[in-house]
Amino acid sequence: MTAPLLDITGLKVHLHVGERIVRAVDGVDLQVAHGTCVGVVGESGSGKSTLARAAARLLPNLPATISGTAQFEGRDLLGMNERALRGLRRRHGFSMIFQDPLGYLNPTQRIGAQIGEALSDEDGAKTPRIAALLDEVGLAGARDIVRRYPHELSGGMRQRVMIAIALASAPKLLFADEPTTALDVTVQLQVLQALYRLHRERQMAIVIITHDLAVVAEICDACHVMQSGRVVESGPTASLFANPQHPYTARLLELSRRRAGVRP
Amino acid sequence: MLRVAGRRAVWALPLLLTIIVVMFCLLRAIPGDPVQAMVGDFPVPPAYRALIEEKYHLNDPLPTQIVTYLGNIVSGDFGYSYQNQRPVIGLILERAPRTILLASASFAIAIPLGLLLGVLAGTARRPLADKLLTTSALIAYAIPTFWLGQLLVIVFALQLGWLPTQGIGPMISRAHGFAWILERLRYLALPALAFAIHEGMRIARISRASVIDTLGQGYIVTARAKGLTRGAIIRRHILRNASLPVVTIAGYAFGHALGGAVLLETVFAWPGVGLLLVDSIRLRDNMTVIGIVIVSAIAVVVMNLVVDVVYALLDPRIRTAR
Ligand SMILES: Nc1ncnc2c1ncn2[C@@H]1O[C@H](COP(=O)(O)OP(=O)(O)O)[C@@H](O)[C@H]1O
Ligand SMILES: [Mg+2]
Repeated sequence: MTAPLLDITGLKVHLHVGERIVRAVDGVDLQVAHGTCVGVVGESGSGKSTLARAAARLLPNLPATISGTAQFEGRDLLGMNERALRGLRRRHGFSMIFQDPLGYLNPTQRIGAQIGEALSDEDGAKTPRIAALLDEVGLAGARDIVRRYPHELSGGMRQRVMIAIALASAPKLLFADEPTTALDVTVQLQVLQALYRLHRERQMAIVIITHDLAVVAEICDACHVMQSGRVVESGPTASLFANPQHPYTARLLELSRRRAGVRP
Repeated sequence: MLRVAGRRAVWALPLLLTIIVVMFCLLRAIPGDPVQAMVGDFPVPPAYRALIEEKYHLNDPLPTQIVTYLGNIVSGDFGYSYQNQRPVIGLILERAPRTILLASASFAIAIPLGLLLGVLAGTARRPLADKLLTTSALIAYAIPTFWLGQLLVIVFALQLGWLPTQGIGPMISRAHGFAWILERLRYLALPALAFAIHEGMRIARISRASVIDTLGQGYIVTARAKGLTRGAIIRRHILRNASLPVVTIAGYAFGHALGGAVLLETVFAWPGVGLLLVDSIRLRDNMTVIGIVIVSAIAVVVMNLVVDVVYALLDPRIRTAR
């Protein structure tokens, strides 16, 4: 077996919030192989976002103690300088999408410009490439979308735009932090299907963060269950769902089944 | 865009009318003889008294007086300054360009200066750099403009002798064309600088707060995830969004400045609206005082309109909002 695309071992992220130290991530191991989809589940506040943002080097500007290792294709991520990091973000590295696409798009810039600036200059004219990206995320039919502003789009369209931005660098790995949580139920499924299609077509690895176990069951090869900054259980999705070892996982499963029963 | 401006203009008109009515009522509320209140501390010839009483319908009920006065103002008649023996509007029109020049020059320096300092402090990588900039700006802001003006005069006019101490130009000027402009600029430099430093520091403080607020927004995370350089993030994502509150504050301050920087104009003997106001108050030239107040109010209201339009230009969310 070749080295994994993303290899995190013993990662700790301790945030200094005022006088307190929040152990947001407290010793996590996580591997993502090329072209696979890995789910991270856990209740709110269990450290999922912090884990992904630490791995993507996108933590908020807050004093924090970070230890452990994180490697992307064998290269040390945590100690990487800004320049090398920018290189990975601009081409064939990794990118990230977020729960709240409205807040994560610039309100004063047109959609076309926001996608365009994520494209690297080396690959030729941007206009056709922007159109191709919009096509890929299912926004080809939306008229004039490049000239519009984020607030003029629906939630689902905004998240598709976010995905288009993330795809602009042709990443090998996409961190998706609760990409459908803020969307209407019907739209959730469409966005998820789009993500899954891109994952297959581009052979792009995805780390998907969610508290919806149904999502994990549908599209993830492997799954990590987080509680209070630690991974309490992990393994291939099928076996984990069939036979949960940790009581916390069992409870999460139980809860999600009950919820699924309520839904039509 | 025009819709935004139009909607605000509809609100501005009643506001201005109210201000004018209130000003007139204040004038009439001055105890004693109303004609004397309008003329100031001068003996009033009987013929002139009769003229005033007839023009302002002073012997008719108050509503009639108000309507008459409003009509006068709307047609550009702000009354007559007995002290100056000239119509008030002529006085103001003579002074206004100088005040506009001073205010414009000051803000042309203050806005870029303030934005630059604000962005530097707000995006400073080292907290010490931020602290240093912020504290210096606060100290500079705390210095009153008239005192700052005097300090500048002492250094640049009296000690170094580079610039004139006061006034708007020499008593007799033989300069023409470009040389004339240069000569004027030398007189403008110190008052504009004093004003600009004060306003610039205010703008710097607001810009810094706004930049820090912008830095915490999600789209900055997206910009980082795109692999943009620090400079590109500042240029494309921080400047425009962070300048929104700055536009509001700077615009209102500019509107205010158009009413005359009283202390500064006094220190530099800059014959603008502010100095006219001071002189008029001293001589109880109430028609002129009221004229200046009304014109200043118009300036503030118009600047607020301009601010709304600029804001809408910068923020597409305002444009589509109904
Ligand atoms: N910017 C922050 N400031 C203060 N505390 C934070 C911040 N980000 C995360 N935390 C804390 O870290 C812990 C993990 O948060 P997070 O990673 O957002 O969890 P999740 O994504 O699973 O909901 C929580 O206790 C949260 O309060
Ligand atoms: Mg989260």
